[in-house]
Amino acid sequence: MTLEAPLPHQDDDLLDRQLNAGQLQAAGQWTMVWNKFRKHKLAVVSLFVVALIYFVALLAEFLAPYDPGKFDPRYTYVPPQSIGWFVDDGAGGQSFQPHVIGFDIKLDPVSFRRIFTPDPTQVIPIGFFVPGQSYKMWGLFDMNLHFIGPLDPSQPFFLAGGDRLGRDLLSRTIHGTRISMSIGLVGVGLSLLIGMILGGISGYRGGMVDRVIQRVIEFIRSVPTIPLWLGLAAAMPKDWPPLQVYFAILIILSLIGWTEIARVVRGRFLSLRTDDFVIAARLDGVSEFRLIMRHMMPSLYSHIIAAITLAIPNMILAETSLSFLGLGLQPPIVSWGVLLQDTQNLRAITQAPWLFVPGACVVLAVLALNFLGDGVRDAADPYAK
Amino acid sequence: MLFFILKRIAGMIPAMLAISVLAFTVIQLPPGDYVSTYAAQIAQSGETVDSAVLNNLRERYGLGENVVVQYFKWMGGIVRGDFGQSFEWNQPVTDLIWGRMGMTALISVLTLVLMWAFSLPIGIYSAARQYSITDYLSTAFAFLAMATPNFLLAIVLLYITTMWFGVSVGGLFSPQFENAPWSLAKLWDFITHAWVPIFVLGTAGTASLIRIMRANLLDELHKPYVEAGRAKGLPEARLILSYPTRVALNPFISTVGWVLPALISGELIVSTVLNLPTAGPLLLQALKSQDMYLAGAFILLSGGLVLIGTLVSDVLLAISDPRIRLS
Amino acid sequence: MIDTATPILRVSNLSVDFPMHKSVLHAVKDVSFDLHRGETLCVVGESGSGKSVTARAILQLVAKPGEITAGSIHLATEAGEVDIVALGNRGSAIRQIRGRRIAMIFQEPMTSLSPVHTIGHQIIETILLHEKISKEEARIRAAALLDRVRIPNPDAALDRYSFEFSGGMRQRAMIAMALSCNPEILIADEPTTALDVTTQAEILSLIRELQRDRGMAVLFITHDMGVVAQIADRVMVMFRGEKVEEANVFDLFARPQQAYTRALLGSVLKLETPAPRPARPMAEKPIAEINDLALHFPLNPGFFGRPTAYLKAIDGVSLTINQGETVGVVGESGSGKTTLGRTLLRVYNPTGGQVHYWRGDGTSVDIASLGKAGMKSLYGEVRMVFQDPHSSLNPRMTIYQIISEPLRTNTDMSEHQMMDRVQELLTRVGLPADIGDRYPHAFSGGQRQRISIARAIAVRPRLIIADEPTSALDVSLRHQVLDLMRDLQSEFGLSYLFISHDISVIRYFCDRVAVMKNGKIVEIGDVAQICERPQHDYTRQLISAVPRPDPRLRADAPA
Repeated sequence: MTLEAPLPHQDDDLLDRQLNAGQLQAAGQWTMVWNKFRKHKLAVVSLFVVALIYFVALLAEFLAPYDPGKFDPRYTYVPPQSIGWFVDDGAGGQSFQPHVIGFDIKLDPVSFRRIFTPDPTQVIPIGFFVPGQSYKMWGLFDMNLHFIGPLDPSQPFFLAGGDRLGRDLLSRTIHGTRISMSIGLVGVGLSLLIGMILGGISGYRGGMVDRVIQRVIEFIRSVPTIPLWLGLAAAMPKDWPPLQVYFAILIILSLIGWTEIARVVRGRFLSLRTDDFVIAARLDGVSEFRLIMRHMMPSLYSHIIAAITLAIPNMILAETSLSFLGLGLQPPIVSWGVLLQDTQNLRAITQAPWLFVPGACVVLAVLALNFLGDGVRDAADPYAK
Repeated sequence: MLFFILKRIAGMIPAMLAISVLAFTVIQLPPGDYVSTYAAQIAQSGETVDSAVLNNLRERYGLGENVVVQYFKWMGGIVRGDFGQSFEWNQPVTDLIWGRMGMTALISVLTLVLMWAFSLPIGIYSAARQYSITDYLSTAFAFLAMATPNFLLAIVLLYITTMWFGVSVGGLFSPQFENAPWSLAKLWDFITHAWVPIFVLGTAGTASLIRIMRANLLDELHKPYVEAGRAKGLPEARLILSYPTRVALNPFISTVGWVLPALISGELIVSTVLNLPTAGPLLLQALKSQDMYLAGAFILLSGGLVLIGTLVSDVLLAISDPRIRLS
Repeated sequence: MIDTATPILRVSNLSVDFPMHKSVLHAVKDVSFDLHRGETLCVVGESGSGKSVTARAILQLVAKPGEITAGSIHLATEAGEVDIVALGNRGSAIRQIRGRRIAMIFQEPMTSLSPVHTIGHQIIETILLHEKISKEEARIRAAALLDRVRIPNPDAALDRYSFEFSGGMRQRAMIAMALSCNPEILIADEPTTALDVTTQAEILSLIRELQRDRGMAVLFITHDMGVVAQIADRVMVMFRGEKVEEANVFDLFARPQQAYTRALLGSVLKLETPAPRPARPMAEKPIAEINDLALHFPLNPGFFGRPTAYLKAIDGVSLTINQGETVGVVGESGSGKTTLGRTLLRVYNPTGGQVHYWRGDGTSVDIASLGKAGMKSLYGEVRMVFQDPHSSLNPRMTIYQIISEPLRTNTDMSEHQMMDRVQELLTRVGLPADIGDRYPHAFSGGQRQRISIARAIAVRPRLIIADEPTSALDVSLRHQVLDLMRDLQSEFGLSYLFISHDISVIRYFCDRVAVMKNGKIVEIGDVAQICERPQHDYTRQLISAVPRPDPRLRADAPA
């Protein structure tokens, strides 16, 4: 309990030197965290990527050229088009006109597959901020403006190709971003709530309560998650409306995801409880509430942010896996996992490898979140040596 | 040591009971009881239902009685080796599950061993040569592998082999060996097939184990006992391998506790994609059709598998770490 | 015949640099010295003086990113001199020297031995590394070595693990390992700093004895002038990476040449004589009376089971603190002194006994049984100063927030009044008044301890429990902090309960002192009496084990 060994020594003229060098800044916790975080270049890049992905999720309706359910059987498995920027103006010169190239469509009489041949004569002009299919932004405002789209809405426009029903994969992936990323965020929010409360009680109170909660956490971590999730998901009545399924899946995922956050919170509370500065505050006569909120919590925020950032990708992976197996979200809800169900068909992916696009999104999002979380975790305690 | 093992086994009993309660809860969750579902299904197929048979089944599972009694009847059956009836297959669950569960266990354990075989040396090298090219490469690989859901990896692998090599890599055996007794030829056939699911299953786990081993070892590398070893003239490679690595190995061994559940989870998905004769596709089918006794048995058995794995890792840990063995 | 004329080790113009983020830290700057056979050279300095880096450079053990940038280290061998700097830090040439010609022992006996290998394995490995003998012979020699460093039952001890030994025993095992190949030079890097003072005395005499037996050269790194006086033949003083002075130990203590050495010795010697104290009133009025206080922790409680044994952290302690008095509590690790201090403020709840406390208005309360609200009313007047100035200030709060916290909860001052009060307090403890918006990490240990003191005296202090307030500070800062505490005592009429493991600090600062061992007070009395004429065996042992910073007290001192 006592520390007999002298602690590392210091220099008493540190202040003078700092004052002379003009280095003494009033750097608070977040400045310190940010300064440390900034050194982790990959994490900074990831921060922008993650921000971008959430931006896409936020403005899905506007950014997507079409409604995710809009289908056109003529364009079953249509390959992706690429954007060209200049067209011949007929006078031997080039003029600026963003466009895509249309297709010459033939039906293979044997396999009944459609064969798409790009036809350079079919120039389909496209534009930005163009009116198109109307939609309700965030379910609130009627709008019909799209970030990008063909000037003539009846023309084909498939930047990421089309699927089995001739739906635009780009639009579907963008809408899937909203569902998948929000499942991650909201699910972690729910986990956070459970994890903070149980981890906090466990670490702050200690004793019997702590031992019971620890056993529960150990147990939950030892259960293979997918069979359990599947079991719970399978038990859901099949006639539930999509929104209810969405929330049920959320709850199922976070019922298991809270343990990691609880572990972090408990660990921090446990060590904070005996830290000298917390004892000092208690001996200043600070109330229990103020002790926790004002003296202990600030040391926890950055650790919690790190734990959250690292928990979101796991949620996303879990949702994707569950939906992929057909036991998570169900169409017509569009999530990355739901979209990836199409890849289960080997013939489909050999014919239309662009069906992997949502998969690439999963990898990118998880990668960025993991890097970001790593960076935040390393920067979380700027006072440690 | 024997006392230690016995103590651990005794400690597993509450966990096993908790898993059984969990499995039973899953069985109970879907609305309606199993016999009614069964009756409805038979009626749907146009056959007549013998009410005596139904009553018999109700009696067997205590369906009329309260949940606690049902639980004990179910557990009592399991103790005698009766996991209940799969109504979809119309067979006892026991007949369906053991063979496939064995395959699941085999694949999982093989994967675990290979994961260790790869992640250990790479993790050690990565830590000992921190910020070297190898370290960066292995870190990059680790992050990428952890970000790729394994079903996606499986499909990509399927796609690549089909498109580029013209062969499909599904299954665990070629058709001619599927029901053949074990022989060298069958073993070879198994190996040529099994590397795909093992590769797919093991990649993400190997990646995270590399990260863990690397972090553990980096924590140890600057401990005073390493410097003391250096000061007595130990060659660097021998020093790292016999001192900090030994210490860093201990937390690594205890990762079995969560790697095994993750493997079993992953196996389920991968085997569905690759169409393996393991428990995964069976369970998935059972869940989709709410064949809950089959599903419950699977959850129970996979939980048991994890407990055995944890026990093995505890014993290994005690062998490796005198602080645990002697306290 | 040992050749003492030519040095066995010649360090010339050694420089070691550590590239930092934007600058370069010159840890060792152009240091030269010789080490002769059979002598003990002490390298002494405060933190950051470069003494440990110098020691590590000799074995090419400087940790990355540090690098030897200049100089040479010549080791005399049968085949002529070898420059260790030229050997580099890898390869068999340097490994032939490490452990065989030059061995090293470290500060942390707790962590310097591998936790997963037996003691025997680690010693035998060293022997086999350097000598071609059989495993059995090596084991016999290892057992003999353990016997030599006085580890009981050496053969059985070979098969035990380091965590089964106490700190002192581990350091003995470490020494045995270092001596296993009969090195010509032993480098000891603060080998006793982490040990209790009685254990320190045993280890020091062991090192001295082994050195005489073997004619080894010892390079002894320490920050403690008392240790220097006890074991050095020659002394080298370092400050900020540079060599300040090098002299025979008797000359250095008698006639220090450099200003820094004089200052360093001055602050050590200042603590040797008690500080002037205010006269005590004839009739003492107690402020706190501890009566048979006990704190027993249950051991090994099972999930539901009853505890089978108790750890008696405090075991029936009775002690009176009078108004305006400074009572010291001295003891080694595990004596329960810190626990006693904390129990007085109910950080731990006592399991028996009373603590009567007389408030300013003359009423008395029993702290041991006081309820939450009652304790709350005491927090403004019974205060605590902690040992570690780094962990006792919340790194996420500003100095103003930290010092104003007790004002906020114990007074009804307005924000403006608190601002003024904090400035006043900062000035009072000798810090600039305008540092309120800074964070603790901008300050050094001594300054932080002053901030801690400002927090302690913020409201209306009467009794301050000071738990090793100077132990984490360099010696030159200790008496400054103590003098500040002394001034505050006269100004506010404070009483102190002063907890320390360091007898010299206690003698400097306290009126009376209680000696604690295993949760009990073994002896209590006037400071002069305890220090000069201890009655209890344990006290005698404790006092005599403290190394005095005066080489003339040594047995081998010239007349």
